[in-house]
Amino acid sequence: MAEYLILIYGDEKALAETDQAMFEQTMKGHNAFAEKHGTALRGGKALWGSDTATSIREDGTVTDGPFAETKEGLGGYYLVEADTLDDAITIAKDVPAPFGGVEVRPIRVFD
Amino acid sequence: MRVTRDLDLAEECVQDAYARALSTWGSRGVPDKPGAWLTTVARRRAVDRLRRDQSLRQRLPRLLDERDPAPPPEIEDDRLRLIFTCCHPALAQPAQVALTLRLLCGLTTAEVARAFLVSEPTMAARITRAKKKIAAARIPYQVPPAAALAERIEAVLAVVHLLFTTGHTAPSGAELVRRDLVERALDLARMLRALLPDDPGVAGLLALIVLTDARRATRVDGAGRLLLLADQDRALWDRPAIAEGTALVREALRCRPPGRYALMAAIAAVHDEAPSWDDTDWRELVGLYDLLAAVWPSPVVALNRAVAVGFAEGPADGLAALDALAAEPQLAGYAYLAAARADFLRRLGRVADARDAYEEALLLTENAVERDFLAGRLEEL
Repeated sequence: MAEYLILIYGDEKALAETDQAMFEQTMKGHNAFAEKHGTALRGGKALWGSDTATSIREDGTVTDGPFAETKEGLGGYYLVEADTLDDAITIAKDVPAPFGGVEVRPIRVFD
Repeated sequence: MRVTRDLDLAEECVQDAYARALSTWGSRGVPDKPGAWLTTVARRRAVDRLRRDQSLRQRLPRLLDERDPAPPPEIEDDRLRLIFTCCHPALAQPAQVALTLRLLCGLTTAEVARAFLVSEPTMAARITRAKKKIAAARIPYQVPPAAALAERIEAVLAVVHLLFTTGHTAPSGAELVRRDLVERALDLARMLRALLPDDPGVAGLLALIVLTDARRATRVDGAGRLLLLADQDRALWDRPAIAEGTALVREALRCRPPGRYALMAAIAAVHDEAPSWDDTDWRELVGLYDLLAAVWPSPVVALNRAVAVGFAEGPADGLAALDALAAEPQLAGYAYLAAARADFLRRLGRVADARDAYEEALLLTENAVERDFLAGRLEEL
């Protein structure tokens, strides 16, 4: 077994302009996802937008904003356990990401 | 790989098995099942290597966990698993192609680099990165479940098709055909056919390769100059290959709707079976291109269709069909569009326009044999 981080990216402008119905539908989707993949789920959270982000550079400089400016911002994540990348992709395909998509990254283990 | 569970070692053992194959088969002849023989030899070498170097084994990153210490699976299954790993959609296509040549065809990194005209360090880095991703992300070494098979086989077929087209008309260089790549593609397609005998896409791709390659003897003349289909001596075409290919096409076309490779193979079969260029069934070809465009919409398919229209209905109609594609961004800078326009303009007697079109085609062509052909046509105007 291995762990994978599923990073949820989306267009933050589109997200900000979404109506209540769409928001509720997305939340429903996340609940359904959690129910379906509960046994594989090891964690997961939604994030406030990148306008709330603070970055600290290697020299200690603190700046306003995300580390890398991109159109599609990181909006949340799930940590899942899966046997192979194929299994992780199957899980990730069920993550609601109406304003972008998801990225799957294997968790690195040092031994 | 089931035995070693490590790509690097598997790679060396496969390489080693190929080296032995060349020496053994040279003296004793090719065995009945060369693929099985290779895997058996590679497996034996892997066991030897592992016994010899237990410490190496400790350090090997494990591709898979030990969850299924299954009895030795069928050798064919091993090769099928391997090609699905090499052509996994999580790998970029150039990496899929490189891994397939390296692990299934047993080419050295230097040979793979030469085949794709990149430096050896570049190719080595590409292969290393792909192998690292396979290990770190745990790309599985398994035949995809039935539900995903149709989608996953597409990536495998695309890799084999790309190998074939790259070999059939080398993108640049002095030779028109890279025989080595064509042979590899044919071997892989035959292997897939043996492993997945019921897959219509596999039947279609094998048919396409066999039917196109059946004309290999006549594509260039004795001096290495390009010969168009119209000028080729059809008596020299490989009749047994054409018979094999047409039987495969018939089988592949039974799947509804027919797939991309089956339709391309059907187009090749129409040319192969025509007694001469003038007696080619161009209307049938236009119809096949229409079907192909429906399952595989692409400006290049539209271009080929326009050429077929030109021969079915006359050069003026062909030129009109080509000019309708002039705005296609994907065809901007595509040499075959300029070359096809040049040919229809020449047939219409519009010499000055034809000259411009040949010059444009020459600017866009890098294969030396094709360049010579275009320059020759320009000279004749």
